[in-house]
Amino acid sequence: MKTATGPGLAKRPGRAPAPATPGTRPRHVPFLRALPVTPAVVLLLLFLAGPIAYCAYIAFTDLQLTGQAEDSFVGLDNFRAAFDDEAFRNAVWLTLVFTVISALLGQNTLGLALAALMQRASKPVRTLVGAVVITAWVLPEVVAGFLLYAFFRREGTLNAILDWLHLPTQNWLFTLPILAVSFANVWRGTAFSMLVYSAALNEIPKEITEAAEVDGAGGWRRMWHITLPMIRRSIGTNLMLITLQTLSVFGLIWVMTRGGPGGKSQTLPLFMYEEAFQKSMIGYGTAVALLLLVVGSLFSVVYLRLLRTEV
Amino acid sequence: MPVRPTARPVRAARTTLRTRPALPALLALTLAAAGTLTACGGGSGSDPDTLKVSFKQSTDNSIKVMDTYLADIKKQFEKANPGKKVEFVPIKAPDSEYYTKLQQMLRSPKTAPDLVYEDTFLINSDITSGYLKPLDPYLAKWKDWGQFIDTAKAAAKGEDGKTYGVPDGTDTRGLWFSKDIFKKAGLPADWQPKTWDDVLEAARAIKKKVPGVTPLNVYTGKPAGEAATMQGFEMLLYGTNDGTTDPLYDKASKKWIAGSQGFKDALGFVETVYKEKLGPDVSDALDPNFGTRVRGELLPEGKLGIDLDGSWLPQDWLEGSGHEWPEWSQKLGLAHMPTQNGQAPGKVSMSGGWTWSIPAKAGNPDLAFEFVKTMQTKANAQKWYIANSGIAVRKDVAADPAYVDAQPGIKFFTDLVASTHYRPAYPAYPKVSTAIQEAMEGVTTGDASVEDAAKSYDEELKSATDGKVIEK
Repeated sequence: MKTATGPGLAKRPGRAPAPATPGTRPRHVPFLRALPVTPAVVLLLLFLAGPIAYCAYIAFTDLQLTGQAEDSFVGLDNFRAAFDDEAFRNAVWLTLVFTVISALLGQNTLGLALAALMQRASKPVRTLVGAVVITAWVLPEVVAGFLLYAFFRREGTLNAILDWLHLPTQNWLFTLPILAVSFANVWRGTAFSMLVYSAALNEIPKEITEAAEVDGAGGWRRMWHITLPMIRRSIGTNLMLITLQTLSVFGLIWVMTRGGPGGKSQTLPLFMYEEAFQKSMIGYGTAVALLLLVVGSLFSVVYLRLLRTEV
Repeated sequence: MPVRPTARPVRAARTTLRTRPALPALLALTLAAAGTLTACGGGSGSDPDTLKVSFKQSTDNSIKVMDTYLADIKKQFEKANPGKKVEFVPIKAPDSEYYTKLQQMLRSPKTAPDLVYEDTFLINSDITSGYLKPLDPYLAKWKDWGQFIDTAKAAAKGEDGKTYGVPDGTDTRGLWFSKDIFKKAGLPADWQPKTWDDVLEAARAIKKKVPGVTPLNVYTGKPAGEAATMQGFEMLLYGTNDGTTDPLYDKASKKWIAGSQGFKDALGFVETVYKEKLGPDVSDALDPNFGTRVRGELLPEGKLGIDLDGSWLPQDWLEGSGHEWPEWSQKLGLAHMPTQNGQAPGKVSMSGGWTWSIPAKAGNPDLAFEFVKTMQTKANAQKWYIANSGIAVRKDVAADPAYVDAQPGIKFFTDLVASTHYRPAYPAYPKVSTAIQEAMEGVTTGDASVEDAAKSYDEELKSATDGKVIEK
């Protein structure tokens, strides 16, 4: 969020904006400047912070959707129950696997590779590849889920191709569910990373690359010593955004496998849905949602740390 | 989804770092979670002249049995009550999601309809939550109530002894089998297994002699929901003991039963079906829409040998239902599900059914009961039983030859009412049912042995019932 500080202060990211030196700027000015954003802040508090606070509250109760006359405050019971629950631990593990495979390895590297290759490609190729990749991204999650369900299912496209190549076929959604949904997420989400990296690569001044080329640096060296350091910030931003997106993926997995078979693709959002709405335990489900939030914050903190030290 | 930056990602990429996206994104994530909880519809308030009726609409668009029937009742009701209007609030969802959506509506006076369709599976749970209104004052003044059979009346009774719903029929369960497939497999057309082994032997014979068909379907796993528990598991479990005591719930001590041999045997049956590949391919069996495929494709197309399923199947095959299959009674045979070793009483059936209930927060409860009365005139009730292949819970209808002869199979399933069981549908039941489905899924996929699956059921049972468990 933009803070109401002067442009000069924003140059020091990662630190709280230092108060202006007394004397050079009167104290009340920031408050006056903050006035126009007050309605927005009030709205944010009301519609963002309100539900969050309510959400945080019910995570500490045993609220149920049905089967109970009154709910009561149970303290940390829900959290304790979660850590005791093997299904929860399984969901945490699968969430990490899903995030690392599909976001960090898949979307991120594939997006960078596509962006780098497209820098060199001719315009028609660039347009065509861009259009195809972005189409996957624009499709609603559920539609993408159905498409990939059709791709991976027993009578699906993938098996048809494998069969044609005389390779063994199998029901991918059943044998390798977490890989299948991870692939689906890569398929769907790569466009975002590609766009971010295309923009970042375009920002690198031509002279620097050319100078390196004159100095005799090959493609890989240029990539490693010039391109990557220069787009470091974009890498951080991209990683953070796609991690958060991936952590909350629900529709895609729900459509493709419903978390099955036997919980083998049940990531935290699906686990949360099942506990809250299928077993009616809203309090417990919300506690799990808060824990998911913690996982997301941990990732964010790690990325921010990495970036801060290098800026 | 709020976390997905939609506006010009290129620019966003350049500026996000400085503007620290983490916090808003995280907030949005929580909001997404919280948003699903509050999921409130726009409450229009309550109009005293408009009766809002919620019911479960089939997820199969071609099936309009309930819609057609209710449209007819609406016409009658509006004619008899000038100035009053009926507005339907259909909920189009598979069973497991129907309950969730309904419960969310029942929580608030703004969204609570005046009349709802409740599965007896969850009615006690909703009664305990205070979502429903006791109907005793209305029932006391309604002479037709005397026509309802006692077991059906009990289905909608709360633990406080009050009645919270008017049942619109019940159901029973048995084995449906394809006569064509049986002929090819060298099995008799008047097949009646005496034990579980007889059922498995028939399935094995089909597997051997009729390639390309599924020998036996037993619903299983969480995706099938309550169908797995009731059509699948309980049809087995209730055939494991003496036929009178409840193998799930001990009424004397008011505790749920853990660690029983019957439970393991029933799981063993499921394991055998899927391990020997007598059932559908596991990935099909765990497809949430498998039930629709069984009724719409597998049975009519002659691709399923034996189906352990409910009495209501023909409603999908009646005229005007979208999958007309009038020849079904020549193509399919019916057999009752035997007990494990053929012990008395020899057959097993489970019953449930649905009731019409008035939400505690309904705006027009009196009008709602008037609507129930219109639905439950003898003529209308009979029309409904026949339309949805329901089993009558009214004595006058059950005795009417017009009902008994209306459809092949009605007599078979109505006779099963004598040896049927009702689920212990107490508030913990839905969670117990999920635990059963998990145990079934474990042995179906082969992830868990019968021992392990039964053990994790016992643990789940303990937490689902707050430790009200007894070893038997």
